[in-house]
Amino acid sequence: MADKKKSLGKEFTKGLLAENPVLRLVLGTCPTLAVSTSVVNAIGMGISALIVLVCSNVVISLLRKVIPSKVRIPAYIVIIASFVTIVQMIVKAFVPALDAALGVFLPLIVVNCIILGRAEAFAGKNSVIASAVDGLGMGVGFTIALCCMASVREILGAGTFLSGAQNLLVLFGENTLGGFNGFTLIPQDGVISPMMIFILAPGGFFTFGVLMACANKIAERKGKPKAELGGCKACPMAKNCAILAEGKECGEKKEDEQA
Amino acid sequence: MKIFLSILLTAILTENFVLCKFLGICPFLGVSKKLNTAVGMSAAVIFVMALATAVTYPINKYLLAANDLEYLQTIVFILVIAALVQLVEIILKKFMPPLYNALGIYLPLITTNCAVLGVVILNITKEYNFAQSMVNSVGAGLGFMLAMVIFSGVRSRLENCDIPKFLQGLPIVLISASIVSVSFMGFTGLVEGIFG
Repeated sequence: MADKKKSLGKEFTKGLLAENPVLRLVLGTCPTLAVSTSVVNAIGMGISALIVLVCSNVVISLLRKVIPSKVRIPAYIVIIASFVTIVQMIVKAFVPALDAALGVFLPLIVVNCIILGRAEAFAGKNSVIASAVDGLGMGVGFTIALCCMASVREILGAGTFLSGAQNLLVLFGENTLGGFNGFTLIPQDGVISPMMIFILAPGGFFTFGVLMACANKIAERKGKPKAELGGCKACPMAKNCAILAEGKECGEKKEDEQA
Repeated sequence: MKIFLSILLTAILTENFVLCKFLGICPFLGVSKKLNTAVGMSAAVIFVMALATAVTYPINKYLLAANDLEYLQTIVFILVIAALVQLVEIILKKFMPPLYNALGIYLPLITTNCAVLGVVILNITKEYNFAQSMVNSVGAGLGFMLAMVIFSGVRSRLENCDIPKFLQGLPIVLISASIVSVSFMGFTGLVEGIFG
């Protein structure tokens, strides 16, 4: 029993740092770059993805013996898409400002590699409770990585922190926490004005690059390999990919034919 | 005519999918190492984007919107795109082997590419009609290709550089992407300038 508890704890904590989906597994880069313009958006996106991740992991794990392995990817996509639709409707109804801020990236949780990747790598093989805990860990890890990036970008780029917090707090009623709506750290008309470029597209790539370098440095100190864009091996389609079965990667096959 | 040109230029330059909207980052970082793979991947993306728009537009208009089922958009679109990509792969393999050899190997990758689902959803939120949606999709695909080709050039230069150890690998790739993205910021206001 003690062993079981310990391993569940491990499933949870591995998603936070050691196998952080964004900084170590390099999955879900698109939403990470796109919604990390403010911490509030990042938290909103993180929680939405977390809910989808936990729910779809549980359902996929429950159905893992029913779904034939040949059609499992389409089946997983349907399950994930259903939960995304549910989350989308909830967000639209209760937190409309977040829906406006996330825009197209809310429905795009469907194609977030983290979710399909976890379904394929974990939920399809493990028990329900372990899958739920794995989903929770990965979801929290995703949220942490998003918040790290968003804090840097928001503080440097807009000079605020947690600005627009009421957009999320509206869930708990009007004027929660005394109408708290974020801090202003660098005023717009001060001696130093915020560097707008950090909340624009280039700042996103730059912050992610630097954060990735830091994560690699820490990993190196612990004697772990660098985070690499896994290419074919990280692809959720890897298991039924004909090219990979030949021991090659997508790019290589074409060159072989030309040679 | 003017509106088509303005949609096309917006999709390619000012609202470039990869560098300004962060859609399709995975293939952008993963397949941009060499020029020929970058071109092959982008050609497949343009093809699938145009096809997906051509198929999902009528589905949305005559099936979903007509019956007040718009909330099913996400789930219907992802299934249609996934099925479509599989179908195209089978048809190309059987009837057009040269095209299959050029594009086929990239097709399975595209099913879960957020750029394809993204363009389809954006066409609907922007309330484009059929022709405008098609132009926007092809433009988005061309923008993707432009970004991929430019970036593959940058990356081939990077290979010969002496990069500080802690930046090697993914970090330097992201930082160079940021610099390429800065250059695309220069196009801001271009379309408004030309078309008023």
